[in-house]
Amino acid sequence: MQSSKTSLQLSVNGQQYTLDVDPETPLLYVLRNQLQKNGPKYGCGYGQCGACMVLLDNQAVMSCLLPVSAVTDKEIVTIDGLAAIDGSLHPIQQAFIDEQAAQCGYCTNGMIMASVALLTRSKDAGEEEIRQALQTNLCRCGTQSRVLRAVKQAQESMQ
Amino acid sequence: MKNIARREFLLKSGYLSIGFSLLGCTQGSNAATPTPLGEAADFSLDPQMAPLPDGSRIDAWLQVLENGQVRVLTGKMELGQGLKVVMQQVAGEELNIPPQRIDVLIADTGRTQNEGVTAGSRSVERSAMTVRRAAAAAREYMKQLAAKKWETDADALELTPEGVKNNSGTILSFTDLLAGQQLDTEIPQDVSLKPKDQYQWVGSPVPHPDLEKIVRGDAVYIQDMRLPEMVHARLVRPPVYDARLQSRDQAIERMPGVLQIVENGSFLAVIAEEEYQAVKAADALQKSAQWESGTALPEVRSWADYMLEQGEKANHPAPASGNAHHAIYSKPYVMHGSIGPSCAIAVYDEERLHIWSHSQGVYNLRATVSDMTGIPEESIRVTGVRGSGCYGHNGADDVGGDAALIAVAFPGRPVRLQWQRSDEHQWEPYGSAMRMELSASLDNSGRINSWRYDLWSDGHSTRPRGNAGNLIGARLLAEPAVFGGSGRVGGGTRNSEPYYRIPKVDVSDHHVAGPLRTSALRSLGAYANIFAIESFMDELAKKAGKDPLDFRIEHSDDERSVAVLEALRDLIKSEPAAAGEGLGIAFSRYKNSASYCAVAAKVRVDLEQKKIRPLKMWAVLEAGEAINTDGLKNQTEGGMIQSASWTLKEEVKFDTQEILSKNWTEYPIIRYDAIPETEVVIIDRPDLPPLGAGESAQGPAGAAIANAVYAACGKRVRELPIERYLFGS
Ligand code: FES
Ligand code: FES
Repeated sequence: MQSSKTSLQLSVNGQQYTLDVDPETPLLYVLRNQLQKNGPKYGCGYGQCGACMVLLDNQAVMSCLLPVSAVTDKEIVTIDGLAAIDGSLHPIQQAFIDEQAAQCGYCTNGMIMASVALLTRSKDAGEEEIRQALQTNLCRCGTQSRVLRAVKQAQESMQ
Repeated sequence: MKNIARREFLLKSGYLSIGFSLLGCTQGSNAATPTPLGEAADFSLDPQMAPLPDGSRIDAWLQVLENGQVRVLTGKMELGQGLKVVMQQVAGEELNIPPQRIDVLIADTGRTQNEGVTAGSRSVERSAMTVRRAAAAAREYMKQLAAKKWETDADALELTPEGVKNNSGTILSFTDLLAGQQLDTEIPQDVSLKPKDQYQWVGSPVPHPDLEKIVRGDAVYIQDMRLPEMVHARLVRPPVYDARLQSRDQAIERMPGVLQIVENGSFLAVIAEEEYQAVKAADALQKSAQWESGTALPEVRSWADYMLEQGEKANHPAPASGNAHHAIYSKPYVMHGSIGPSCAIAVYDEERLHIWSHSQGVYNLRATVSDMTGIPEESIRVTGVRGSGCYGHNGADDVGGDAALIAVAFPGRPVRLQWQRSDEHQWEPYGSAMRMELSASLDNSGRINSWRYDLWSDGHSTRPRGNAGNLIGARLLAEPAVFGGSGRVGGGTRNSEPYYRIPKVDVSDHHVAGPLRTSALRSLGAYANIFAIESFMDELAKKAGKDPLDFRIEHSDDERSVAVLEALRDLIKSEPAAAGEGLGIAFSRYKNSASYCAVAAKVRVDLEQKKIRPLKMWAVLEAGEAINTDGLKNQTEGGMIQSASWTLKEEVKFDTQEILSKNWTEYPIIRYDAIPETEVVIIDRPDLPPLGAGESAQGPAGAAIANAVYAACGKRVRELPIERYLFGS
């Protein structure tokens, strides 16, 4: 029942961090609390909704179940690490704004991270592949048809 | 007196005084740098920032900040429905300032007027219109001030974002003009509004100001707030509503980081330095806790039967035969299911309490927390901060109450309470199950000549309005607050009268005290009533041998109804439907007094594969003056998709011992494999007052899906959710 803290290395958005944490702590809590990242959201803690997504070596993964000790050798990217150094937005971020593809926006982090991972591995993904890539991401406001439009718009602008 | 006793009891039940040192505190190694979230994280415990001006004055709604920026103060909440951008548009328009440059402050008992609850699609109809008038008054007032200074005619002046400008181009900034004063005059009754034909921004698709922050991962939500010395709390709830705590493991206090266990009757929470420490301790506490089982929940096979057996009786004869048509429809309990579970932060200094909350009614929450804790309202401040979309009364108020209980038991440091997924799923108040029974007859020309409608429902609003018993936390205390009940049918009758011309109409409602906790879910009873009425209209049209859309127009007196139906016809007229596919339509005027919405759905049904795929949904919406056309489209598209999910998939499941729908696997909602393409047309009527629109699509979208399923496979589904009815569980 007790577990003690260990010193761990983490690489997030190209920056190295040394942290003193309980190695079992899900990555989500470390990102939100120790590193003060707002992007990844707590939605369910069960790997069912995708609100907590981050990129791990370019793959979109759910950070709510992933012990921080399992990702010390990975390159982690959070949504605030997507924009260029000059602040200009990633085409997917821009497309979400252009299409106003959100209402409350609580799911938006996951939607964007899943889309970025998809277009990195398959930039010409078709309709069904896009839907599949977003299948784990829930949105209760019902903005999914807008999200699909945003992803397609981003594909065009990335050509 | 009772409240005072309860407060003392609360204080005694768990007390760790570490002194109050919020400001100028020293931070431990794990303490986060505060994330201020703009104005919301004004950490002050002062219940009032400054005396609130009377609501008849301009500065109750609109202020000029020191930097010259104009700020709107609204007593309403941003829920993701787009409130802020609408406020920016109406104020900016009157002031001639681009909407993006207007700052908007949302509900805060310390700063904004009491505008009740942000619900029922009324914010635009009422609140935005007040801000429009206040902004117009501000414009006229500032022009007059400048005219006096320049000794000229006010009509020769105009407003720019930088200040008031005269015709030689000189600008006097708002700050110089007001010279430290606020806009502290009355809003004249006859204030002249900008002519609508001069509008630049109202009626356009202005983007929402928060979205860029959201896509950049900035702090936007209450979940993102970090206060100095903040600690983390988690709850451990009973297995069922009224189960009582018998015992628990005392050793959990010694788990790493645990600061305190708050135990009061069956209210159980853990406070820890770090969030994950709180999660682990709550898990251990959950496993060790023993509960005395509460009232068993009933076994229900059919909501239609259950509501009839348990509810008030209808006292008229069985429906006549002959040309009459008769049908019974039902819907189960459905949850709000916010993607972000509810969250609140509270801090107490042994006298004053400050709560940050995503409640839809900050003043009501304040009154209710006061009733629960005995702390006078004047010593409590509730500040509204954005949360995840709520779609009605979800766990927002409850978590605010829970956080208050924990903060009172642990004074001195801000407590962040995050409900876990299962807390939200099991404890939020659901939308009530309903039974709808209809009979009608047709005359020789195939028109409806009589209509009878009976509905059975539990109440649809148990929002806290000052009675502690409406908060779950207060009901679990050793000295429990008493719940006053859900009210007779309350809100269940919304849209129960058909909005059609029928010579003889008879509508009655019957109360059922259902087994599950209920409250306001987007559109209240309107969703189920319109599902039933609009399914029935299709059944009658078939009986009359008429096209369903023509049949509705034939029974419509209101030309605005006809206009949305005709526009919908245009949208779908050349839409093909292959084998296994079907198109269905439905219509309603929300509340029979707000916006008009006609919806079409195209679905593909595969009975063998047990799959229904909504392919496309269309809506035509007329909401009077459209302030933000894209905002209206967004709400309508989202409403259709949410309603498709309710209609096809959703029902709260439970056994006799507990709610089984604890997470998204046990309460599945729509995912991308079933998301329809959406298309919405807005009919703008700038000459008419704006009408609430955020809930208009719920009913017609559900009925359109059911009608499309019938068209696709010949099965008339009257019992929701459709997939369970057609395919089993
Ligand atoms: S919070 Fe991680 S999947 Fe829901
Ligand atoms: S925008 Fe609200 S949950 Fe997706």
